[in-house]
Amino acid sequence: MNIRSQVSMVFHLDKCIGCHTCSIACKNVWTDRKGAEYMWWNNVETKPGTGYPTKWEDQEKYKGGWESNGNGKLDIKSTSKARIVPNIFHNPHMPSMDDYYEPWTYDYQNLFNAKEGPDQPTAEPISMIDGEKIDVQAGPNWDDDLGGSPIYAENDPNLEGLTEQQRLQLSSVERLVFFYLPRICNHCLNPCCVASCPSGALYKRGEDGIVLIDQQKCRAWRSCVAACPYKKTYFNWFTGKSEKCILCFPRLETGQAPACFHSCVGRIRYLGVLLYDADRLEEVAKLPDDQLVEGQRSLILDPHDSAVIAQAKKDGISDGVIESAQKSPVYRFVMEWKIALPPHVEYRTLPMLFYVPPMSPVQASKPEDTIHHETEDLFHDIDSSRVPMKFLANLFGAGHEGGVRYALAKQKAVRWHRRAETVGDISRDLADRILHEANCTREEADEIHKLTSLCTFEDRFVIPPMHREQAIEMMKEPHEHREETGFGFVGGPRRGL
Amino acid sequence: MNSHFLDQFLFVALPYVCLFTFFLMTIYRYRMQTFSYSSLSSQFIENKQHFWAVVPFHYGILVVTAGHLIAFLIPRTVLAWSSHPLRLYVLEISALIFGILTLIGLVGVVVRRFSNTKIRKVTTVTDWILFGMLLVQTISGIGVAIFYPWGSSWFATNLSPYLWSIFKLNPEIAYVAAMPHLVKLHIVLAFLTIGFFPFTRLVHLLVVPNPYLWRKPQVVRWYRRPKQM
Repeated sequence: MNIRSQVSMVFHLDKCIGCHTCSIACKNVWTDRKGAEYMWWNNVETKPGTGYPTKWEDQEKYKGGWESNGNGKLDIKSTSKARIVPNIFHNPHMPSMDDYYEPWTYDYQNLFNAKEGPDQPTAEPISMIDGEKIDVQAGPNWDDDLGGSPIYAENDPNLEGLTEQQRLQLSSVERLVFFYLPRICNHCLNPCCVASCPSGALYKRGEDGIVLIDQQKCRAWRSCVAACPYKKTYFNWFTGKSEKCILCFPRLETGQAPACFHSCVGRIRYLGVLLYDADRLEEVAKLPDDQLVEGQRSLILDPHDSAVIAQAKKDGISDGVIESAQKSPVYRFVMEWKIALPPHVEYRTLPMLFYVPPMSPVQASKPEDTIHHETEDLFHDIDSSRVPMKFLANLFGAGHEGGVRYALAKQKAVRWHRRAETVGDISRDLADRILHEANCTREEADEIHKLTSLCTFEDRFVIPPMHREQAIEMMKEPHEHREETGFGFVGGPRRGL
Repeated sequence: MNSHFLDQFLFVALPYVCLFTFFLMTIYRYRMQTFSYSSLSSQFIENKQHFWAVVPFHYGILVVTAGHLIAFLIPRTVLAWSSHPLRLYVLEISALIFGILTLIGLVGVVVRRFSNTKIRKVTTVTDWILFGMLLVQTISGIGVAIFYPWGSSWFATNLSPYLWSIFKLNPEIAYVAAMPHLVKLHIVLAFLTIGFFPFTRLVHLLVVPNPYLWRKPQVVRWYRRPKQM
């Protein structure tokens, strides 16, 4: 056993209101620069929808993630070692700006400088790349709230395998349904971007598992952009370097939550440390699709187990991090309650951002149902939910419904339990029965309820001590570091010499 | 200015200035401006023409440059191999084909950069100068191949000794002084390109990703490396 720690995340989709505050916080802090205008390290998508970049989940087109090559080995789907040599000049699976959108601003100067004429001057949209006038065709959230749209929702790659009736159900007039999917880098345990980098510029930090790109080593071979199945590495067209979400490591190192977490209005985001066994990564990444979710869970170790604690200490994990892992809200959602699931686990990158699948809308596809007290099957509205289980399973279970159904059933049981406690229109017996059938206890339900709806800042973000102060001393002369004013290198990033 | 002096300047002084600049500046730039070492790919902005321009150019220039290097390093082997006329024809024709491939690619690169306003935005003055130099160099190279055939052989007998004499710090320009003007142009421009190299995007070919092929898939960096690992 080789224990490492990983800063991990949970997004509770039932609480996401799709306000994009997270995206704006991230944009203002990190990507409001030339060459990075089109990048949204954090973005919020409407599901069903095509997302950003358009149809990023369609791996027939983008060839992201890992594939099994038949003899029990994993290969990068886009440019593995053998395929990079002939393809290094032109990456065949590299998305282009058209797949994202061309960033634009408005010609505000025209409002002041226009010649006198019969009409009011207007500020026309102009490209932020060449300054020419553009006809805006797409934006970062162009599918926002467009559930039911024939352009966006109907082209969602997750609709694969849904029956015609289920598809119609998603878009039926006056009953159409959508939910939000906020996305950042998953800081995977088996990151495809890292494995694909010809320069070895991408790396995972040993202490906290944050995946970063060394800007000094990146040579613009572009493999990471094609390889990441979540399309969360971006190519800066100006500096000729790839960039990605850094999980706000400068904030984490000073004990602050990442900007998108901190600013989340719906308080849907949780952050905490998980301990995992790094020796079993390869074995788990090769499991068949239907065993991947459980396989990934089996990597995560119980931070209360004395054998795990002893081994963690032996592997150099500090007491502070172990203590932090014991309080981790992520551990509770993923391991204790099992209601948070990794997105698209079939890409085999072992993502460490987990989603609690959404209950809303609680209303099922049947006309009469709100809350049924009398029916024998307590979970009928989950099985016939307006968001078909198969759709959620394609997102959070590699097409297998078991994990999603378990998570939704438990959430429903928590709601009924709390309703029995506070409103009283559900009998205690019935609430206990649904808890039992959802594999939940009253105590657990109360804890889920508390961490879901009454959670404080400190409950949501349990940030481990990063011991950065030790790291700098190990890396370089403190006086030399001081000269660089903390930014790592002197002089701003620019294109070429 | 007599021609002897001009030859001394072009084939003794200039090569040393260019080679000195090359070695000094590539190392200096790598140490002081590591960030600037990048292929500066524009594939992200324009993805379709890119293939038809960049791919032929790279394959062409790699083969042609490798051919020059081989004739420089192992001239006797090249001569021996070309002693049979059929082999000589095959060598010369394939060299010409790859030279033309380079030219097609390079013209494609320039047209793409010029016609697309977005790509033009990410093209610097240095890039345009470099493209100009490479265009003249490629065209003169193809001209040499057409008008002064069997270059693989006379390169090995005349130019290889000259180049070696440069590196042995005992330059003998007698080999090149008698060369036709087109060949002289090609040689001078080659040295100029080497001298200009460290100031351009060409530096990306010094950082080709060799270790990738045998490194482990995952890269982990530690701040505090645990003792037992």
